[in-house]
Amino acid sequence: MTMTDTPFVPRDYSLTGPENARAVAAGLASAEWYHSDVPRKVMKDLMQRTDGPAIRDTILWLGLLVVSGAGGVLTWGTWWAVPFFLVYGVLYGSACDSRWHECGHGTAFRTPWMNDVVYLIASFMVMRNPVSWRWSHARHHTDTIIVGRDPEIGHMRPPSLGMKALAFVGIPDIWLHFRILLRNAAGIITPDEADYLPESERGKAIFWARVFVAIHLAAVVWALVSWSILPLMLIGGPRIYGTWHMVMTGLLQHGGLAEDVLDHRLNSRTVYMNPISRWIYWNMNYHVEHHMFPMVPYHALPRLHAIIKNDLPVPDPSIPVAYAWMIRALWRQRHEPGYTMTPVLPPTARPFRAELHDHVPAREGVA
Amino acid sequence: MTWVSVCPEGEIDPEDVIRFDHGGRTYAVYRSAAGEPFATDGLCTHEKVHLSDGLVMDDTIECPKHNGRFNYRTGAPLRAPVCVALATYPARINDGQIEVDL
Repeated sequence: MTMTDTPFVPRDYSLTGPENARAVAAGLASAEWYHSDVPRKVMKDLMQRTDGPAIRDTILWLGLLVVSGAGGVLTWGTWWAVPFFLVYGVLYGSACDSRWHECGHGTAFRTPWMNDVVYLIASFMVMRNPVSWRWSHARHHTDTIIVGRDPEIGHMRPPSLGMKALAFVGIPDIWLHFRILLRNAAGIITPDEADYLPESERGKAIFWARVFVAIHLAAVVWALVSWSILPLMLIGGPRIYGTWHMVMTGLLQHGGLAEDVLDHRLNSRTVYMNPISRWIYWNMNYHVEHHMFPMVPYHALPRLHAIIKNDLPVPDPSIPVAYAWMIRALWRQRHEPGYTMTPVLPPTARPFRAELHDHVPAREGVA
Repeated sequence: MTWVSVCPEGEIDPEDVIRFDHGGRTYAVYRSAAGEPFATDGLCTHEKVHLSDGLVMDDTIECPKHNGRFNYRTGAPLRAPVCVALATYPARINDGQIEVDL
């Protein structure tokens, strides 16, 4: 880690600014990334698709949604509705993200249409355009936390801890996402979106944005007509009152870690979590493993972790411990945006591949 | 027509793929579940990712990075984010060797 006394000028995290060209010139775009060694036969086995685990989890997910939602409706107006909506909110406003993510990767189910249907439902719940976000996420995996290239950098520096706290109640996330949907519904594709979304896909992106916006507007109209917030408790609202688990787990993925490196061990974090969080999150707590081998389905990630853990940073033992480390780093980045926490590798691991990115110009304190 | 020897037939498992570099280019050479050989360009047309690290399922090869899929018999793109077809090359088994016409 190095730091300079140069006054910090915030970097341009857009995909259309000078950082994009700079990343390309530095060899950071579509680059070769470090991978732990996994024998081909083992990797083939890990990547095998099966419908069973995701069908089981999806039946459970949708079943619990129906039961908790019905419970909330039937007890509406009493305190009994609170626990029902606490459960419904997390299943809708948090579990949607992992279902969106895994089905977007096409790894949750073996059967393609099952991935596509759940992806569409989850995209609606999480308020993301199902077409453009698929491409956005592909770029996130090509150029993970490469400034100017990755459209999904959640921790722009210097970090605003206040905004991160607000994210636990869907602010500003819901505003940003719904604004994108509204813009797409109006037929507008921004230059940033155009950077990763092929022309042939834009019509589909606009169509689905219109469908999603129409359903949300129908819920608003239903709430106004019935003069009750109950419809919004069921549709849309969970992205506010039930999104906390998605944010809690999501912030840990890359927070406080390096930008502009080509080794996922330096920019992603694996955290051991309780079984309920892992079910809601579909094992994305194994985030280094997921980025290194994105075609390994969520249900095989614990197995992958066991195979390569000796080559990975020591995982944080729990969510609170991971937060303690991450907040310490983010706190420091408020005044030293060039600061990056470097994970500790076990003695069995191969060293970080500095040669993959050591030609990148020092970026601390520069625009 | 230049038939280039790739490897002994048994070196590629049925329903699997290997990387084959030749003449400064990289290719992917497959065997179907029935053991027939096929060959395509080695890099995904979406991003420069080696398809030989991907999963072969039935007649498709899946990019190991982004889940784009191609029919490796025809090169046709089957799933976003791939939109552009892969180039394919004739392949055969000759005297126990897999050969590709490059």
